[in-house]
Amino acid sequence: MLFFSFFKTLVNHEVTVELKNDISIRGTLKSVDQYLNIKLDDISVVEELKYPHLSSVKNVFIRGSVVRYVHLPAAAVDTPLLEDATRREASQAATKAKQG
Amino acid sequence: MSTPQPGPPQGFPPSHQQQQQHPPGPPGLPGPPDMMGGGPPPPGPPGVPQLPPQMFTTAAQLLDLTDKKLMVALRDGRKLLGVLRSWDQFGNLVLQNTVERLFVQNLYADVERGLFLVRGENVSLLGEIDLDKDDYIPSPFKQAPVEQVFALKKAEEAERKVHDKSRSRRLAAEGFEGEHNGEAII
Repeated sequence: MLFFSFFKTLVNHEVTVELKNDISIRGTLKSVDQYLNIKLDDISVVEELKYPHLSSVKNVFIRGSVVRYVHLPAAAVDTPLLEDATRREASQAATKAKQG
Repeated sequence: MSTPQPGPPQGFPPSHQQQQQHPPGPPGLPGPPDMMGGGPPPPGPPGVPQLPPQMFTTAAQLLDLTDKKLMVALRDGRKLLGVLRSWDQFGNLVLQNTVERLFVQNLYADVERGLFLVRGENVSLLGEIDLDKDDYIPSPFKQAPVEQVFALKKAEEAERKVHDKSRSRRLAAEGFEGEHNGEAII
């Protein structure tokens, strides 16, 4: 659930989502759910003429399973915090595994 | 590199802060799993808007698209335009008055399809059509008869299949396995 929480902190930031079919969509992150389905607002498509079906679309819901990358605004990411959270989650998982 | 922080981290809502809010559990043990549940949203760091957790479900994302005209792109590359009438948490969709729009080269054509139930796993993305730009199609594209576009599309797909096949064969020789084996997309 860590990355779900992480993406929630990025709501209302501009991100670029690259899909597995090579489409890159830039827009304002509006919401994200447990599957990392992503909703973007005010989208613009890189190479718009290649994907004419998106030119009359203003906001998209992207299924998490088709996402390859999300390009994040570096300024909005607290990397040390993310690192710590990851370590904490890993150690919790290890403790749980030991307890059986 | 980073100095160890005492206590829960600041500004990483909501799960950690929610744990912090819950009264006395032994430190280090996870709090109750209330990620999706009720309770007031945790106070976030200033400037970061805090939405209630129920806003972050598939249902909440699809709710405001209900009864809207959508463009649904499927994983096999098809584009469907229709009115979203129903859906569930898996992204299964019911589309009414569906039209399939075929694009090939600088041409496009619409095929009436009627009522569609799409299994969620086949959806790649869906977008609400801006009614101000309803059915706007960028200028190089011209509408053409369905038969013509369909024939061109078929030829294009056959060509791509051959190309994909030879590419994945060469990749496989190098030990790579394609992300989408032979599936035509876009």
